[in-house]
Amino acid sequence: MKKSRKLKKERLLDIFRDMYKIRYFEDEVYYMFLEGKLPGTVHQCQGQEAVAVGVCSALRKNDFITSTHRSHGHSLAKGMAVDKAMAELFAKKSGCCGAKGGSMHFADIENGIIPSIAVVGEGLIIGPGLALAYSMKNTDQVAVTFFGDGAVSTGAFHEGINISSLWELPIVFVCENNQYAASTSFDSMSPVENVVDRASAYNIPAFKVNGMDVLEVYEVANKAISKARSTGGPTLIECETFRYKGHSRSDPQQYKDKDEVEFWKERDPIDNYKKLLIKKEIVSEKEIEKIEKEVEELIKDAIKKAEQAEKPSVEEVSNYVY
Amino acid sequence: MSTNNRNLSMAEALREALYEEMKENDEVFLMGQDIGTPNGWGGPFTVCRGLVEEFGSERVRNVPISEKAIVGCCVGSAMMGMKPVGEVQYSDFLFTCMDEIVNEAAKMRYMSNGQYKVPMVFRAPTGATTRGAQHAQSPEGMFMHIPGLKVVAPSNAYDGKGLLKAAIRDDSPVLFFEHKLLYGAKNRDESDEIEANTHVPEDDYIVPLGKAKIKKSGNDITMISLLYTVHLALQAANILKDDGIDSEVIDLRSLAPLDEETIMKSVEKTKKVLIIEEDNKTLGWGAEIAALIAENFQNVKIKRVAALDVPIPFAPNLENYVIPNKENILNEVEKIFV
Repeated sequence: MKKSRKLKKERLLDIFRDMYKIRYFEDEVYYMFLEGKLPGTVHQCQGQEAVAVGVCSALRKNDFITSTHRSHGHSLAKGMAVDKAMAELFAKKSGCCGAKGGSMHFADIENGIIPSIAVVGEGLIIGPGLALAYSMKNTDQVAVTFFGDGAVSTGAFHEGINISSLWELPIVFVCENNQYAASTSFDSMSPVENVVDRASAYNIPAFKVNGMDVLEVYEVANKAISKARSTGGPTLIECETFRYKGHSRSDPQQYKDKDEVEFWKERDPIDNYKKLLIKKEIVSEKEIEKIEKEVEELIKDAIKKAEQAEKPSVEEVSNYVY
Repeated sequence: MSTNNRNLSMAEALREALYEEMKENDEVFLMGQDIGTPNGWGGPFTVCRGLVEEFGSERVRNVPISEKAIVGCCVGSAMMGMKPVGEVQYSDFLFTCMDEIVNEAAKMRYMSNGQYKVPMVFRAPTGATTRGAQHAQSPEGMFMHIPGLKVVAPSNAYDGKGLLKAAIRDDSPVLFFEHKLLYGAKNRDESDEIEANTHVPEDDYIVPLGKAKIKKSGNDITMISLLYTVHLALQAANILKDDGIDSEVIDLRSLAPLDEETIMKSVEKTKKVLIIEEDNKTLGWGAEIAALIAENFQNVKIKRVAALDVPIPFAPNLENYVIPNKENILNEVEKIFV
């Protein structure tokens, strides 16, 4: 366990706690959607937890991220309170955006989360703006832009990475290659085999990592973030991962075959990390169970609070237009 | 040396506004194409000339031909506390970065329930100048349709400086339209003797956003205008005077927020309205103002002079036929008075 040696037990358990929190949150949300308790739609990230947590574990509170339509995992990993996230999904006033944003626009200025951007690719062009401010103000903050494999084909991908490299901005571009843009496979839409292959066009370093291995993600992200922090400019990281649920609530995923799903589930980021921690005797099964229990209570409590919370008032509907 | 009655062109007045705001506030900086080359153009219409020599290339940033990146960097840096002033070379190019303007700049504050603000200005030269369909549009009305954006468009140097300073100090994203024929370039045939140069005081003044200006008061008809058409309206008013028609000419100056109060007060008095806009007639800003007036008054005659609903053609005679001119303004006024 070479990589984890650098991290103390407490940090290693935090990583487990955060990943489990995202998984349990998303699973509860999934069932509540099926029961019709929540309005709108939802894009879930079960299977991709190691990317969000691996990267955000290497960030500071005042580093800002841009997320996507699939924003729950990134936001929780970056420090958003479960209560605020859950209340937003319930469309309650106490939600992270006062229920003006919703599932696709989670925001939390205290924890470095700009409103997540649900037009695919556009975070790639806003992230450099965050980083430009850090560069001009001479702070040592770093911006991280999360995006999916679908975003790689947008013009924003080109313009965002191009300008970041040109101006050596303190930003890390994190591609969650979960193999599918909605129902369309990455293979069928990309003329190059890997997202990282594109980095040479911008003269920036790029790394492809196993996005199911949280410590590997952390390791690579940590280096890229440190490099950005010392204004060594941007890095592109491609994390190979898999989304267990459909693209959104109405997707039955008939386009995925069983073997493929099995392949990825055997690599489940949480199960495997848990096994590793126990095998290496960093933590006992009992301790893990205790953490799981705490997380489950936290989320159940958030659901209860959200159910009882106030709806936003129509009198406030015009606030903050300008 | 300062004189009390100096005249400046629009380009000079805007440059002075940028200079003063950049001197005043370190967070103000510029992004655009061809603005940051020392001894270069200072942008396509020279507004930024000399600023890179004064402030350096960090604050007067030359950007590649990458409009999404310009707006994206404006939005992101504004959210982190900077005060960016970006620009496109022609307002027609705003369509290359519509997502960043409409989905990001305009909505970040609202979606986050006020946690973030986006204090950015985005400048765009607009209007027809015999350059053909992709360098001639007047899309300012489109942006007043988007909640969260402010839309400003000065007709003269004094307003240009005051409005630009107000826009930079504002906490909202402001789209700032400048008419190509009003910058003050000499010897442009298309300018048709129109003079946007004015006295510009050296004092630190602003012109508030969202306030129209009555350029000429009168009792018989209200002419509502913007940018270049302010000058057409004033020329027409001058001619109509000889026919005994006393026109009131309103320069809207801002489309969003719209100064409804000034419009309605004038219409209440004259009961006759001519709206003069350079954009295509269908769903231009004139349509919105006509609708607002119709909702407020029952016995008001409203006419619109706007560009025909065709792409702007190149040939000078065709372009002149398509966009508003003195003749069709006078024709429409005549129809109102029959």
